[in-house]
Amino acid sequence: MDNEAIIKSTGSRIDEEVEGGIWSKFVYVWRLLYRDKAGMLGLAMFLIVVATAVFSPVLSPYDPLKQDLMAAKQPPAWSEKGTMAHILGTDNLGRDMLSRIIYGSRVSLTVGFFGVLIACSLGMTIGLISGYIGGRVDSFIMGGVNMILALPYLVFVVFIASILGRSLFNVILIFGFTNIPIFARITRGEVLRLRESGFVESALSIGATRTRILYSHILPNLLGPLITIATFEMSGMIFYEAGLGFLGLSVPPSTPSWGNMLASGRQYLTIYPWIATFPGLAIVFTGLGMNLFGDWLRDVLDPRLRRTKR
Amino acid sequence: MTKILSVKNLVIKFHTFDGVVHALNNVSFDLQKGETLAIVGESGSGKSVSMLSLLHLLPMPPAKIENGEAWFYGAGKEPVDLLKLNRSGISKIRGGKIGFIFQDALSALNPVMTIGRQISESTMEHLGLSHAKAKEKTIKLLDRVGIPGARQRYDNFPHQFSGGMRQRVMIAVSMACNPKIVIADEPTTALDVTVQAQIVDLTKELQKEFKIAVVWITHDLGVVAGMADRVLVMYAGAPVEIAEAQDLYANPQHPYTIGLMNALPSVKGHEDSRLTSIDGMPPDLMEEPHHCQFAWRCPYTFDRCWKEIPQQIMVGENHVVSCFFDVENRRPRGHV
Amino acid sequence: MSEHIRSQKPDSTTENQIMVRVQNLKKHFPITKGIIWSKQVGAVKAVNNVSFDIMKGETLGVVGESGCGKSTTGRAILNLLKPTSGKVFLEDIEITALNDNELRHLRPRMQMIFQDSYDSLNPRHSVAKIIAEPMVVNKTGSPAEIRDRVMELLELVGLNPNHAVRYPHEFSGGQRQRINIAKALALNPDFIVCDEPISALDVSIQAQIVNLFQDLQDQLGLTYLFIAHDLSMVQHISHRVAVMYLGQIMELTSCKNLSDNPLHPYTQSLMSAVPIPDPTRERNRTRIILEGEVPSPSSPPRGCVFHNRCPIAKDFCGDKMPEYKEIIPDHFLACHLADDKGGSLITV
Repeated sequence: MDNEAIIKSTGSRIDEEVEGGIWSKFVYVWRLLYRDKAGMLGLAMFLIVVATAVFSPVLSPYDPLKQDLMAAKQPPAWSEKGTMAHILGTDNLGRDMLSRIIYGSRVSLTVGFFGVLIACSLGMTIGLISGYIGGRVDSFIMGGVNMILALPYLVFVVFIASILGRSLFNVILIFGFTNIPIFARITRGEVLRLRESGFVESALSIGATRTRILYSHILPNLLGPLITIATFEMSGMIFYEAGLGFLGLSVPPSTPSWGNMLASGRQYLTIYPWIATFPGLAIVFTGLGMNLFGDWLRDVLDPRLRRTKR
Repeated sequence: MTKILSVKNLVIKFHTFDGVVHALNNVSFDLQKGETLAIVGESGSGKSVSMLSLLHLLPMPPAKIENGEAWFYGAGKEPVDLLKLNRSGISKIRGGKIGFIFQDALSALNPVMTIGRQISESTMEHLGLSHAKAKEKTIKLLDRVGIPGARQRYDNFPHQFSGGMRQRVMIAVSMACNPKIVIADEPTTALDVTVQAQIVDLTKELQKEFKIAVVWITHDLGVVAGMADRVLVMYAGAPVEIAEAQDLYANPQHPYTIGLMNALPSVKGHEDSRLTSIDGMPPDLMEEPHHCQFAWRCPYTFDRCWKEIPQQIMVGENHVVSCFFDVENRRPRGHV
Repeated sequence: MSEHIRSQKPDSTTENQIMVRVQNLKKHFPITKGIIWSKQVGAVKAVNNVSFDIMKGETLGVVGESGCGKSTTGRAILNLLKPTSGKVFLEDIEITALNDNELRHLRPRMQMIFQDSYDSLNPRHSVAKIIAEPMVVNKTGSPAEIRDRVMELLELVGLNPNHAVRYPHEFSGGQRQRINIAKALALNPDFIVCDEPISALDVSIQAQIVNLFQDLQDQLGLTYLFIAHDLSMVQHISHRVAVMYLGQIMELTSCKNLSDNPLHPYTQSLMSAVPIPDPTRERNRTRIILEGEVPSPSSPPRGCVFHNRCPIAKDFCGDKMPEYKEIIPDHFLACHLADDKGGSLITV
């Protein structure tokens, strides 16, 4: 069919064909990324952190736990008394700062990833039940959720953390469970919106079952908003983990984590500022990257926004 | 007749995420004192953009005025170019000399301010009235636009009015400061047909009473027939035909106008006939136009249509068309 | 096809075969107060006692202003909203008496096309998947058969089959409505409820879609319930038209009767409010302009629901609702002022 005929028959001038398959999707995502420089920067920052965590043993010059009191409190390489042996200097016990920061990313990302995994999967299930069944069940669940959300978050987390004691596993559980209400509430809102949408009504009108509507129409449309929220929540958890570490309530003190490093650097803040500064910068770097990336995801995952967003 | 507004060679582009949208391509028209000019077009034809841009109501960026002038003859002795005015200059004209009626009155009115205050504050600002005088004028105006119990409803909020009443309030807002021009952007599209008739009649009465030039933006050729003096038909960001209403309906010249007229069902009920539709759909505004934008869908195209952008040609008294083809005589128009 | 002349009445062979029969259909939405111990404090009478038949191969138009219950009527007929009371028959099957499972098996025979062409398409599904869904749900064939049928349907509604891999947001409004039509046709339905399918479209595109509806009806013998607020379009596409006001049918008759001899004062004012695209005629006609606006369906006026806006209302109009009956053959009316012998109103 030549172009003219297509115009006449379909009212369409689109003549080039989109090639299906993974490669074209990859190219499309790359084009979307290329247009939003902030999103690209965010993704790059996030990927750097992930790579650091994965390749920690390769990247770090020293064992992060090895103490060398002779070389304690060395400033970074570029300051007067610094040496190239310890680029970011050493802490009060002579452990290499760079190695500790590199290993610290593992704690942060583990807490963030598994915390979000627990919160998202449970929260989504609860939200789905609440929104899709509705009625009394909905009122009951949402009542509970709102009650939990009304508690002051940090106080609540600190309270539980001090009861459970310091371990990575406990920290993941705390963040996983305390963030369920947020995911549950967002899921429920989306489900309520989707349940009223035209395509769900349309699916009902062709005789689709409730199960099919749930799996084929509601779940796929939930993923976009949930992935976006998950990104923001993950950066939130990384911040709070550092906060708990600073208060001495996160992973055991020997474990290299950004929060613990902040805590140990606190008393030397005026004399040896680098001990607290570098883990702080690492936290900011990760959080900023994830938030930029999350902003971009939010725009891209909503097909309606793609065309109109500048 | 004297001109009140003269728009010349207006070009507007939207610089968006996906590329440049050529929203307006070389739009020129005049508006006479006290007349009703209807701007008719489909979505994306640029009918609203052209008027919004004059009052600096387009979000910039993404919108950018690339070229053009808009001379307004109603502010003092000297004409002013609306597009060149600064922020304070345009806010003196907007709402004062030029009123605006929006399609969605609920979102155009401030939801947390009583309608009385919204109207009287603008009269105080633009006409310099005292508080008491402004209130009296507002009540009189509300009464005039057909709000029952205007004095009591002065203190009501926009959500306390029904859709039709809200549109009446909107009209009162637009006409409060004795404007020279009122721009009505699809004011009846959201309303039911019986209420639409009320609003159209009200606007016609007020226009005669206050001698206001009205620009009525719409997609509905039916509404236009009853109220417009002249009609400007737009397609894909450019005017294709301008004519007096009687002339346009009796003797449409542009293939697009002819197509639009044929696409309407007759109310008399020729239910046994088929509608004549225009094939295809409006062009993608992302592409810079190099030829007649209607050529894609036009049944009369010949080689010239694909090579040049047609200029406006006078085909009769006050009748201008942008087309290379003389549909009546079935032959290309001579070079003009 | 373009030279095709549409017959005034449905084919004579199928004439008088009733496709859909609606009897005393009511749909009331309760208004409740309280959060946990909620109790009903009133009802929005969206559809209140509506009865009509739709013949095989016929298009019945339904017009009315916003809030008159025309969309609710369409949904209640298809049982997408469970009617409060009343009966609906599809041929001889009583839809309203079926349980959920039986109803699901009947769904393929009756379809719906929605106003918002974007909202009714799942944004995460490709066009092929959207059109295939009814067939997948109802297991009408093998994947290969379904794929062939999707291509066939795309061509039937005038879309390029190559576009099946695209997503809804890549299409214009008119094209999306074509996708919706293809989806509705996938299961070879007998009866389609079209809920304002063209209201959101541009004028030149509206004509394309209306023509498509008519072509499909001629080719496939479809029966339509065509809901719209644009009286002239409804008159163009329909064989008969029902005029609704506040949940009730005021008048139902053939298009010809409606334009030549509208009896109900509401119909008359509605007709006179529709703008005519002809300056000379438009400027010289006399209009009946109604006062005020449609009252809320949660508190309709007593008696005849139209009496408070009716230009010719008498005192007794507010006493009780007029009976909806066939005053002359093929002309149904609900008005106190109708002459017993029919044909005209007592005082006009």
